[in-house]
Amino acid sequence: MENTTALINEQITKDLLPQKFGKRGMIWTGALIVIALIGAFAYYRQLRYGLVVTSMRDYVSWGIYISNFVFFVAISLVGSLITAVFRLANVHWSTPLTRIAEIIAVSAIVFASLIIIVDMGRPERFVNLFMYGRIQSPIVWDVIVISTYFVISLLLLYLPLLPDLKILIARESKDAKGLQKMYRFLGSFWKGLAIQEKINNKAVTILCITIIPVAFCIHTVTSWLFATTYRPGWDSTNFGAYFISGAFLVGAGGVVVAMYVFRKVYKLEKYINEMHFDKMGKIVVMLALLYLYFNVNEYLVPAFKMKKPEEAHLTQLFAGEFAPLFWFAICVGMLIPIAILLFKKGRKPVPMFVAGIMIVIGAWFKRYLIVTPTLLHPFLPMYNVPESYHHYFPSWEEWAIAIGSLAGALLVITFFARIFPIIPIHETIIEQHETAE
Amino acid sequence: MENKNASRREFLTAGMLAAGVATGCSSKKNPFDGYSDSSIKASGETVKLLSVDGEIIEMDKAFLKPVPDLPISNSEARKGIDGKKFVMVIDLSRCKNVGACKSACNHAHQLNPGQNWIKVLPMQDAEHTAPYWEPTTCMHCDEPPCVKVCPVDATFKRQDGIVLIDSDRCIGCRFCMAACPYSTRVFNWQEPILEKEIAAQPYSCETSMPQKMGTVSKCDFCPDMARKGELPHCVSACPNGVFAFGDMNEDSVTNGTETFRFSELIKSKAGYRLMEDLGTKPRVYYLPPANRNFPYESGLENVDTEDKKYQLK
Repeated sequence: MENTTALINEQITKDLLPQKFGKRGMIWTGALIVIALIGAFAYYRQLRYGLVVTSMRDYVSWGIYISNFVFFVAISLVGSLITAVFRLANVHWSTPLTRIAEIIAVSAIVFASLIIIVDMGRPERFVNLFMYGRIQSPIVWDVIVISTYFVISLLLLYLPLLPDLKILIARESKDAKGLQKMYRFLGSFWKGLAIQEKINNKAVTILCITIIPVAFCIHTVTSWLFATTYRPGWDSTNFGAYFISGAFLVGAGGVVVAMYVFRKVYKLEKYINEMHFDKMGKIVVMLALLYLYFNVNEYLVPAFKMKKPEEAHLTQLFAGEFAPLFWFAICVGMLIPIAILLFKKGRKPVPMFVAGIMIVIGAWFKRYLIVTPTLLHPFLPMYNVPESYHHYFPSWEEWAIAIGSLAGALLVITFFARIFPIIPIHETIIEQHETAE
Repeated sequence: MENKNASRREFLTAGMLAAGVATGCSSKKNPFDGYSDSSIKASGETVKLLSVDGEIIEMDKAFLKPVPDLPISNSEARKGIDGKKFVMVIDLSRCKNVGACKSACNHAHQLNPGQNWIKVLPMQDAEHTAPYWEPTTCMHCDEPPCVKVCPVDATFKRQDGIVLIDSDRCIGCRFCMAACPYSTRVFNWQEPILEKEIAAQPYSCETSMPQKMGTVSKCDFCPDMARKGELPHCVSACPNGVFAFGDMNEDSVTNGTETFRFSELIKSKAGYRLMEDLGTKPRVYYLPPANRNFPYESGLENVDTEDKKYQLK
């Protein structure tokens, strides 16, 4: 009996250890680096010539940088869902997904902060937020809650990693020297003592409880950047809940995509199996229905009244310039994934992967539709301004920076999975024993 | 009474001069060039002055020189002009889209092409109502949405009612632009093209100059002119007397040629403010376009080529 346990443990550890990049991994990483570098070059141009390199002007003063920011904040919410909500609800099947969710959360929140600095006209004055910060401004609330969320998410990534670091350090000989140094730096104090386990578990539980209100705060406050203004399309009491439901949906969609990719690339079929996809599928479909519900509220109620300032905005979305994108986002981001995932056959890995990709892409464009069309429908007519101020289509610099930031976030996740086990080894072993008993 | 006032004014002037003298003495480099001029000879007639430190000092009269423009400090500019409550009245019945307000404003503030702090909008309230021209400035709201959202206190409300921007502090987040329902704010998307000597000046909130790249600007009600007792550039430039500017505490506004009692004017001509329902409480009042001096069509000839496409249909 002893022997078989040791064998199983050894097998799990071997399966889940971080692996070197294969040929495909190299190409993937190289491509991401190139895309991120192009983004960095575009940002250099923006620093040099000013925001004039973007297509933003006085009316559309927030463009895809801001919608990209909202997207990042949204997707980062999934860390709190999978790690905290499931843990507190004593759901065990989600264990292999926690680290995936948490690294998505951390890298997304980092790039959310970066992209908001990119959007600033005077990034070098960022420090003014601390020198002259006005607590009455929703931007200052956002700075406070996002940095808090970042710290909690980082801890929720790090603390459960400690037992795994011990395993990694123990396998010294097989790894590169640099990595070993890093493992030791991060986790050599962890001896796996009972008291350490106890403290760690308690800390994680406390973090799981704290992260839920903070997660609600980050996205509610982000929605208030819009809802605290008067503009049609933003002036809504529904916005906080609307944003949070959308955030959980895109985050869960992101996790589904990541699950599929890691399972495929690292051959983790034993650890992420069809049961996981089925259960995640049910969650995603519930979240998609919830988000659809908020969309009905957000668009149909004002459309029923058709108040004058709303009219131009809504008709542009439903049947005007933005209609193709709007219906694309509604169908691809919600309706089609719902149709796929409602059925048991749709909750298999491949259709789930497709639905996940659709949700993420739909969600990105949905954020764009929340930010930009509103700005093109001000209360007073657009007049006495150059012709270019009447339209908005992102410049190549904006695309390069936005796509570069997405590539950067993926790069962080990729490197993380290269260095650390993407599925918690220690917890998997423990659960293996619990189920065996 | 006359006399007493005069002597009080004299005393204040003397105090100002003394302040100038005291600053002049304390710094090594003399900021008042005339002062270092050795050609000035002592007249032998002295005058007692109160220094900034509260000391009485004695100076030769010949060394006293009026200081025309004492630079307004940032904290002074944030406080505003004592005892004033500035207000503007825009008479829509007089506007024919001449655009003199715009060009005077643009010239005075060195705005770059494409930037307009004043816009003259073609308006039509409903399908069958008559169109009219509506000049818009910053509304200098008493409940300013822009000030509410600014994360760094770069845009602020003064006690004299004016809303200004500190371009040395603005971080360029553009939240104020999203918050302003009147779309009054203008952003410096690129390095502004300025005359050399203006670009070299330190930024002043009261003149809103020199403009800086990556920061927001807007109509400032020309508080630098108000300090000199003059009218904002748009008011004095308008040939039709559309704009009237003044002080609510004195209950008077003037367009340069005519002076009105503000409360009477608003009452008799049924004045109103834009988007009253939003609760922003603007300091700019409008008089309705009734009994017009010019037909709407006469303003069409002044429409810029870039605006031609966006006329009322």
